Amino acid sequence: MSDPLGLGKDPASARVVVAMSGGVDSSVAAALVARWGYETVGVTLQLYDHGAATGKPGACCAGQDIHDARRVADRLGVAHYVLDFEQRFRNAVIEDFATSYAAGRTPIPCVRCNQRIKFGDLMEIARDLGADALVTGHYARRLGPPAGGELHRAVDATRDQTYFLFATTRDQLDFLRFPLGGQPKETTRGLAEELDLPVASKAESQDICFVPQGHYSRVVERLRPEAGEPGPILDEAGRELGRHKGLAHYTVGQRRGLGVATGAPLYVLALDPERRAVIVGPKERLRTETLHLAEVNWLGERPLDGATHRLWIKHRANEAAIPARLHAAAGTTAVVPEAPALGVAPGQACVFYDGTRVLGGGWIAAVAAPTHAPASA
Amino acid sequence: MIPAVIDLDHNAGSPLRPEARAAMLAALDAGGNASAVHGRGRAAKARLEDARDALAAACGVGADRVVFTAGGTEADALALHGRRVAASAVEHPAVLAQPGVVATVPVDAAGRVRVDAVAGTVTASGADTVAVMAANNETGVIQPLADVRAALPVGVRLHVDAVQAPGRLDLAGIVAGADTVALSAHKLGGPAGVGAVALGPGIEPLALVRGGGHERGRRGGTENLPGVAGFAAALGATVAAAEDAGLGALRDRLEAGLRDLVPELVVFGAAAPRLANTLAVSAPGWRAETLVMAFDLAGVAVSSGAACSSGRVRTSHVLEAMGARDELIDGMIRFSLGWTSEVGDIERALAAMAPILRRRRAA
Repeated sequence: MSDPLGLGKDPASARVVVAMSGGVDSSVAAALVARWGYETVGVTLQLYDHGAATGKPGACCAGQDIHDARRVADRLGVAHYVLDFEQRFRNAVIEDFATSYAAGRTPIPCVRCNQRIKFGDLMEIARDLGADALVTGHYARRLGPPAGGELHRAVDATRDQTYFLFATTRDQLDFLRFPLGGQPKETTRGLAEELDLPVASKAESQDICFVPQGHYSRVVERLRPEAGEPGPILDEAGRELGRHKGLAHYTVGQRRGLGVATGAPLYVLALDPERRAVIVGPKERLRTETLHLAEVNWLGERPLDGATHRLWIKHRANEAAIPARLHAAAGTTAVVPEAPALGVAPGQACVFYDGTRVLGGGWIAAVAAPTHAPASA
Repeated sequence: MIPAVIDLDHNAGSPLRPEARAAMLAALDAGGNASAVHGRGRAAKARLEDARDALAAACGVGADRVVFTAGGTEADALALHGRRVAASAVEHPAVLAQPGVVATVPVDAAGRVRVDAVAGTVTASGADTVAVMAANNETGVIQPLADVRAALPVGVRLHVDAVQAPGRLDLAGIVAGADTVALSAHKLGGPAGVGAVALGPGIEPLALVRGGGHERGRRGGTENLPGVAGFAAALGATVAAAEDAGLGALRDRLEAGLRDLVPELVVFGAAAPRLANTLAVSAPGWRAETLVMAFDLAGVAVSSGAACSSGRVRTSHVLEAMGARDELIDGMIRFSLGWTSEVGDIERALAAMAPILRRRRAA
């Protein structure tokens, strides 16, 4: 018996739900599951009103992606269902996204979506359908036995998506499988072509799915008008250097688009929703000595609390991991990089690694600059 | 894909009846354009008019009173074209989405049109047409058409969407009491994409599709001969079979079986007369969209009310209009039986659904 998903049972008697977005990756994931002989059930989530999001009135509630997912399932000869998750997605992801921006943070809606939607409600539905596993097209690896597996980075480091999976709990991990994590992206494309999937030549999806053309500030301003209201650009001493067009347009570490002319280049150091101010300063003031984390998910073997853990962290999706020490005690978790980190933005995730293994992570709630920094930073 | 072996979703469309299939194959093979002068054209015209005669006879009207359309939705659209319409709140989207709908007439908790509200709604909205369906597609609730007719102010038309009626209700009686009636072939075992409007005396519809004078100028376009032949044959078989009484017994067995599994089962429209083939139910904690999936994977085809063309399930406006509780609306499952249904279907469906429903109760 070949059981490539490692479910501990014969594929012919195992039901697997595949989250199909209509993109190449999840389509190939579904194709692999079907080819391996598991009873494959494709599910596509209707997450937002496509017509409204793209500003095309009269467009059908469902976008092209749902159509594509359905066509792939037809080609594979597997069952496929569309679930209306609009309200849940709005409450659990979009509202949180806008609220975070309005509060001066830079959120990652994809993590919330994985945590609350795909591995939350969808997983519950999959269990409800009597499924043995939920498969997604994420580039990550789940290694180990059917129960008690470990989360590891994808073999293809350029595609690795574990940063967005840090909040996955052990219980969720037991039920999840990521068939693409062991192969490079080119293999996925090749499989899509080999299987003649209708999405083989489809462009890579970019940005945030519910934000058309990357205009996220419009989405934020619609839900939290205050995030689009202008305010002062201040230096660390509180001197007004100019005006900004709304906090939603700025991210910590940003340099361009400030419209402030001074001698040295200025960077966004912090966003202060109370004063509705963008705080700017020179690059060296972006250094962060300590990251204070909230909602920490711990996947390590040793107990998290009361110990210092030496590990590697990523505090942004597209940066290399850096060595750090993790201190946890009495419900508070702080991370101290070995060398001060640059451009750490509250609202982003700090993800823990031990080699390729993901040990969890947390949300960056606050940052502390080297000790001589003023309180506002 | 696992085929849905037990079809309990006839209100969405019944399997093709063998009589309809035979008539369609004959028409496909014969071909011909009913507008042509030559012999093959005349033969086609004869088949078209045979189908029209059959439909007219079932409706109890003259053949000149029947207009063929490409389905029930177009039949509603044609009948309501250019009208100012007050529609019952539980109408099918084929009616509610028409541009002429200016007001809705409320229903009571059982899903029956509030006859006492008809005249007031017409007066307040300036409607010249009232649209009330013969029986609801989701709940099967039969509307009090005679009472509605009696409540209409003088000069106001009554349009009846009778798509769910043939073989289940007195079609000729419905047509006699209405000004326009919309019908659809695939709900009774004919082909999809074919429908008709039956017109009352003196009623002329405002054409939606103009063309070469087909259908007496009421609907342009070369007639779909296999379609109308299949429609007429399916209607004939439906009326002749009179399956309804048997379906009522099956439906009651299904309801009793479901109640054994789920004692808190709620039947929508239970307080009103209903079609014998339709059972719309819910229970606290049910989520219809996942139940429909689970049943489908177990080989039982049911529906959760009105599905969008994407397959996504929308909240039932019918149950909302009836004032049903939100949690029950979210769990609404519609079972609908038809000409293929047998007692074995019900027993096998109950057996397949039992573990799913028990799991839900345990959860």
